[in-house]
Amino acid sequence: MKHLRSIDELGRDGLVRLLDLTNHMVEVNRRPVPKVPALRGRTVVSLFFEDSTRTRLSFETAAKRLSADTMTFSVSTSSVNKGESLRDTVETITDMGVDAFVVRHKSTGIPWQISNWTNASVVNAGDGWHQHPTQALVDCFTVREALGKERFDGLTITIVGDIKHSRVARSNVTAFNMLGAKVVLVAPPTLLPPDVSHWPVEVSYKLDDVLESTDILYMLRLQSERMSQGHVPNLREYAESYGLDAARVAKLPPHAVIMHPGPMNRGVEMLIDPSSLPNSLIHRQVANGVSVRMAVLFDLLAGESSAANLAQVAS
Amino acid sequence: MGNYVMSADDVRRAITRIAHEILERGQGSERLAIVGLQRGGAWLADAIGAAINNIEPQSKVPVGYIDVSMHRDDIGLRPVVPGAISSINFAVDDTTVVLVDDVLYTGRTVRAALEGINTYGRPRAVQLAVLVDRGHRELPIRPDYVGKNLPTSLDDDVKATAEGVVITATVAR
Amino acid sequence: MTKQATTGNASQRTVLKGGTVVDSRGERTADVAIEDGLVVEVGSSLSGSRNVDVSGCVVAPGFVDLHAHLREPGKEEAETIETGSRAGAKGGYTALVAMPNTDPAQDSVAVIDFVREQGKRAGLVDVVPSGCITLGRKGEALAPMAELAAAGVRIFTDDGNGVQDELLMRRAMEYGKGLGVTLAQHCEVSSLTKGAVMNECQCCTSLGLPGWPSIAEELMVFRDIELARLTGARVHFLHLSTARSVELVRAAKRDGLPVTAEVTPHHLSLDETKLATFDTVFKVNPPLRSPNDIAALREGLRDGTIDALATDHAPHPRRDKELALDQAPPGMLGLETALGVALSVLNVDLTHLVRVMSINPARIAGISDRHGRDVQPGAPANLVVFDPNATWQVEPEHLASKSRNTPFVGMKLRGKVRHTVFDGEFTVFEGDAQR
Repeated sequence: MKHLRSIDELGRDGLVRLLDLTNHMVEVNRRPVPKVPALRGRTVVSLFFEDSTRTRLSFETAAKRLSADTMTFSVSTSSVNKGESLRDTVETITDMGVDAFVVRHKSTGIPWQISNWTNASVVNAGDGWHQHPTQALVDCFTVREALGKERFDGLTITIVGDIKHSRVARSNVTAFNMLGAKVVLVAPPTLLPPDVSHWPVEVSYKLDDVLESTDILYMLRLQSERMSQGHVPNLREYAESYGLDAARVAKLPPHAVIMHPGPMNRGVEMLIDPSSLPNSLIHRQVANGVSVRMAVLFDLLAGESSAANLAQVAS
Repeated sequence: MGNYVMSADDVRRAITRIAHEILERGQGSERLAIVGLQRGGAWLADAIGAAINNIEPQSKVPVGYIDVSMHRDDIGLRPVVPGAISSINFAVDDTTVVLVDDVLYTGRTVRAALEGINTYGRPRAVQLAVLVDRGHRELPIRPDYVGKNLPTSLDDDVKATAEGVVITATVAR
Repeated sequence: MTKQATTGNASQRTVLKGGTVVDSRGERTADVAIEDGLVVEVGSSLSGSRNVDVSGCVVAPGFVDLHAHLREPGKEEAETIETGSRAGAKGGYTALVAMPNTDPAQDSVAVIDFVREQGKRAGLVDVVPSGCITLGRKGEALAPMAELAAAGVRIFTDDGNGVQDELLMRRAMEYGKGLGVTLAQHCEVSSLTKGAVMNECQCCTSLGLPGWPSIAEELMVFRDIELARLTGARVHFLHLSTARSVELVRAAKRDGLPVTAEVTPHHLSLDETKLATFDTVFKVNPPLRSPNDIAALREGLRDGTIDALATDHAPHPRRDKELALDQAPPGMLGLETALGVALSVLNVDLTHLVRVMSINPARIAGISDRHGRDVQPGAPANLVVFDPNATWQVEPEHLASKSRNTPFVGMKLRGKVRHTVFDGEFTVFEGDAQR
């Protein structure tokens, strides 16, 4: 694997490989000294053009626990503000000798554009509304861990909220489906993409209708700017129809679990304190972030992509 | 096909002897731990651990396993496929850890294991037990307990299991 | 640039020998003699001081592009009137209608005169400036249309923007009708396309790119057809991209309304899935649509609903196209590839091809006196000579345009311009620009 830009590109085998590899990283993270020399001498650059706390920190922690050197590119202090183009920035950093770019950008497709301008690996840490593959890996791993199942056959995963603008939803629909789950999307039509008829999902406009048949309830964050864009009249109305409150939790089957990619909007999609929920996996999602990203970096920078190098050395 | 250089009985006897030697040198099983190298050393670690506990029934010598793929010095030179997951569910601080592998060859895997074991703590001492020492060391590493010293050529393939040790001369590439 | 291929002094007589002449009267094999900037004789066994063998080629009135962004004044980094004219000549064009979204915009006589003068200085094609409908293309107040018409402007448009305000558009049509000019609309209801990047479809759903709905175009096509019905003004629809738009124009023509329409080579050949590569070269306004739309556009061009093939040649410098998809400007090159794309994807006879690339656009632009004329004695010698069967591959580094944003890179096209004759002189000879 050269890049991790989308779940589709990763494919089912790649998805399972990375989830299996994550088990190794979980063990490393449990050691008294959670650091291994696997990526000694490799350099990982975080290129974040959009605010992010947990994703950036978990990637940087992951790189450090694998002994990679890390560089952080901060947009506010960079030449980008002096009019340097993204391509120039990428080429400049590439010339310094880096092995991977971890990229987040508010625009769809940037990781693909960057991979045209560098020979380093590119990891998509979120592009526009498009993909957030490491979040999908985190979520799949968290479900595997919680349910003790490698395949999700027979599970119904209900994703609720702003599907239209969600890269998490786009990556997760594909990933959950690859592992065999049935995926149900719940949102008002204004927050659904224009045409999902080709997606392997069912769609409902009413959350209350699907709670009873839900095994995993995946709540998405509703960004408040969606109101000003007329997607929903106001947050109160959204919360009433799609927010998770005690009554809705009670409607879930007893075994059902609740997930959220964070950061949460309390009072909007979360009307109940998630720490009071016995079946919340939200903390596990955060906890697994570092291990999953270690697996990704290890796979990209130490894995099979180096096989070609060996062939050259041997010959 | 390959030549049997150790039979199943030979292997069983070697394991028993190594268990005795470990106990003898450590003056008992106190603060002793066995750690097998994934994957080839895992079965041997189980067997040596069982032999020790058999010799001294009151002892409870813990057995763990370490996957050294993330500690290797040849990452990037060859595909890295991690083996089974490391599992060391006991404190290694102030214990004598006996690393166990089936075949000792260049010594690089043992070097990685020595580094790996440090991420679990600081053992009082680390020793090395192998079923077969086939020579061709590339690092200053020497086993403390050896089942059999076996001169081999670089092209030979050595397989060591509980059923015996087989040596196969591979066709030179 | 060699001079020897030009016809040299005015008294020289050049004969294009053995070609197939194609114009509104159909196809025939004939030699064409050119002298003093005019076609002087069409017949067999003609000879002159210079004879050029064009057997196997089509000799036709030079192409006329209703829709070229030449970027001067204001964005000379992308294109100048000279480089755009050269790209046009290489594409077989002898006249280009220059779009008004320059900086400053073409909303004053001074800018119109400047553009026309720069065109004359380049001397490679007739550069025909269009005028803005509204001041600064802002959609707020009418541009001085009468002054501009008096300065020779025959076609008005805010291209790049549609005129959003219904009342203002009604006034523009009424006013324009009095001036006898054509109003060309860029049909896009902008409130429906805010932030849009690609066609609203299944593909945009999966790519997470903001969708550009067809209805944003169709609503304005419908509105302007009805305003044309009300006012009687001549309306031209720029770069139609959807099946429903074609249907609306077809119905309007059936009703006898004075409307015309154009389509671009890229909307006839490339579909929305191109965006899946995230290559900004495929971002264009209006966006690439579905295969269904492409089929309807081809049929519309074939049956005469759509009058003209227009390039919407929109050069952008490399650094602008290297932005993110949602930030990069829309637009692609078109002048040098239009003929090849048309012949490669359209199933029309050569007479119809010449009609949509020369005769009809010349009429819509109001320049039929000099362009799109039948190849006969007395007509200005504005001609294209092309080999309809030659195949070639698009190589960006060989383009005459100052920019490189062609979506047809590496594509094999059929149909290649060999010579372009402008006012009796070769501007392109054997595929090479002469100046």
